[in-house]
Amino acid sequence: MTGDLMLPLAARPFVAFASVLRAHGFPVAPEQTTTFLSAIELLGPRGMDDIHRAARATLAPPAERHLEFDALFRSFFMGQTLAAPALGEDDDEMRVQDADSGVFEPETSDEINEAGGDATATEALTQRQFEPEPDHDALRRLARDANAHLPQRRVRRRISARAGDRFDLRKALREAARYDGDVIHLPRLKRKNRQRPVLLLIDVSGSMKERTDAHLRFAHTLAQAADQIEVFTFGTRLTRITRALKLKRRDQALAAASGMVADWDGGTRIGDALQAFLAVPRFVGLARSALVLILSDGLERGDHAAMTDAVIRLSRCAWRLHWLTPLATGPDFEPETAALKSVAPYLDDLADASSVERVCAHILGLSHGEAA
Amino acid sequence: MAVRSQIVGIDGPETLESALRDALYLADDGLATSAYLALALGKPLLLEGAPGVGKTEAAKALTSVLGRQLIRLQCYEGIDASTALYEWNYPRQMLAIRQASEDEEIDIYHDRFLIERPMLAALRAPERVALLIDEIDRSDHEFEAFLLEFLSDFQISIPERGTIRAANRPVVILTSNRTRELHEALRRRCVYHWIDYPDAAREAQIVMIRASSVAEATAQAVVAAVGRLRAEPLAKPPGVAETIEWAEAATLLNQMGETWPRAFLRAIGVVLKDEDDLTFLEPRLEALIAGEAA
Repeated sequence: MTGDLMLPLAARPFVAFASVLRAHGFPVAPEQTTTFLSAIELLGPRGMDDIHRAARATLAPPAERHLEFDALFRSFFMGQTLAAPALGEDDDEMRVQDADSGVFEPETSDEINEAGGDATATEALTQRQFEPEPDHDALRRLARDANAHLPQRRVRRRISARAGDRFDLRKALREAARYDGDVIHLPRLKRKNRQRPVLLLIDVSGSMKERTDAHLRFAHTLAQAADQIEVFTFGTRLTRITRALKLKRRDQALAAASGMVADWDGGTRIGDALQAFLAVPRFVGLARSALVLILSDGLERGDHAAMTDAVIRLSRCAWRLHWLTPLATGPDFEPETAALKSVAPYLDDLADASSVERVCAHILGLSHGEAA
Repeated sequence: MAVRSQIVGIDGPETLESALRDALYLADDGLATSAYLALALGKPLLLEGAPGVGKTEAAKALTSVLGRQLIRLQCYEGIDASTALYEWNYPRQMLAIRQASEDEEIDIYHDRFLIERPMLAALRAPERVALLIDEIDRSDHEFEAFLLEFLSDFQISIPERGTIRAANRPVVILTSNRTRELHEALRRRCVYHWIDYPDAAREAQIVMIRASSVAEATAQAVVAAVGRLRAEPLAKPPGVAETIEWAEAATLLNQMGETWPRAFLRAIGVVLKDEDDLTFLEPRLEALIAGEAA
């Protein structure tokens, strides 16, 4: 390309650095490269530090990728070997996987996990195959009706309405101008309703093994129907799978989710997972004034203090916190495990999730009238 | 691109840093460089960071260095053009129509019917003001998209009047607490800086410069204790403003006759503002503070 030839020799490495960044998944727009070049010119530059600071300011890497960005910068401009940013591999640390921002490589293991019904605290990383299943009646109904039944809230934007609580003066004036300044009728505005954000947390540990397929299919249907939804899975790790579930075709979406989640059918550390969720301010923002649904049996191994604490904090920032457990036997179900008993007072609802039909019915039963 | 290498005598990051210091704001190299680049390239400056690291303070200090008037636009969900940009004075327009005589022509979209809001004010007086768009992450996506035209071309379209363009590029500073991810299109139009908590030495300096009543030993003790608090998994880690207030509050209590480690402990309410955090730290609080505070 001729553009290359016209570039001054000294500018070439900087332009090349932008493409290196793009190759590593940093979104860098052409105008940012231009700004980067002018910044370097402006600063002198008197040293590598200037170039580095100019790069950070103009190419704007997100904060959690600064380490990676700096490593790339050093390797490109100073010829240092690329030290991969260390990802915490500590077993006690709850790992958070968020494909939208950080780097992550799904780890796979060939071992087939036989954990079955027991809750274990050890990690067993697997991939999961989803069986194609014909569309369920309940899911089809959910897809059709969810949008109308999900809770709503009033936002501050206004739309015109016959019985609004405010006058639309702008429109009134436009009409008045047409009729020589006579106001014939007063158009009104009311506040718009919008679907409340939904946050769905799905337990994918071994003890939920039988139901994980169905739950993921449910999550996909709901993610397709709802405007604002975030879906996370948790077992020994916490993984954000919203992006995968936004794919329209179900088999494609579930395959993508399968690649993201590394801890299918592994151990359970509900408390740690929820704590990890609460430790990321951006995630807490997703729960704030949202309808939070936790799909889990609540079988926490050992001490459940962390889980209780996390549920208390979640219930405070959520609009409503519903725990859907497959162990529930009916509407008048009473929790029996110590862990569930201890969180029950903080839940707005402890509902039956013994089958997909029940889960769908719960969603469709959410009253529309609760808009606030 | 309009490159202005000099703005009111500032010809590089170092000059800007010392000017900011005179305005009682201690900026690190990264912030000084980003701010200088934003001013020189005529781009908006986007400051991101945890609550309380001093983003708004940085904007205020920059404005005072430039000798301009600060126009602050606080964002919230549902903020729209009529609060951020302009609004027509409908009652006056209506009256004007009624009062106009038969053959007199009246322009109801004349300037005198236009109510300026912060963004329009910034466009109309780009040399005299600096616009602070505070906590942009609180606004919704609609407003963010609406900002794009303003931030890239410094122009806004008023349907009844056409496009209003700034004669010069105004100084625009955006801040975000990062409670949600901003759109790439917005980030790319700005010069970006992530403000981190200052290191201990710098934070002690900040305390000294901002709170003149605080002794140096106190400042250092407070900064060390705050550093230990920030290392804990807290719901609301203390920001720089809290550090300053803690130092001031403890000094005040000390002047009233309280002994040292106790003064810090009694003033804990200005630094830990979350009941959960307090109960979580309670058993170890004395040790955490007294570590070096004695």
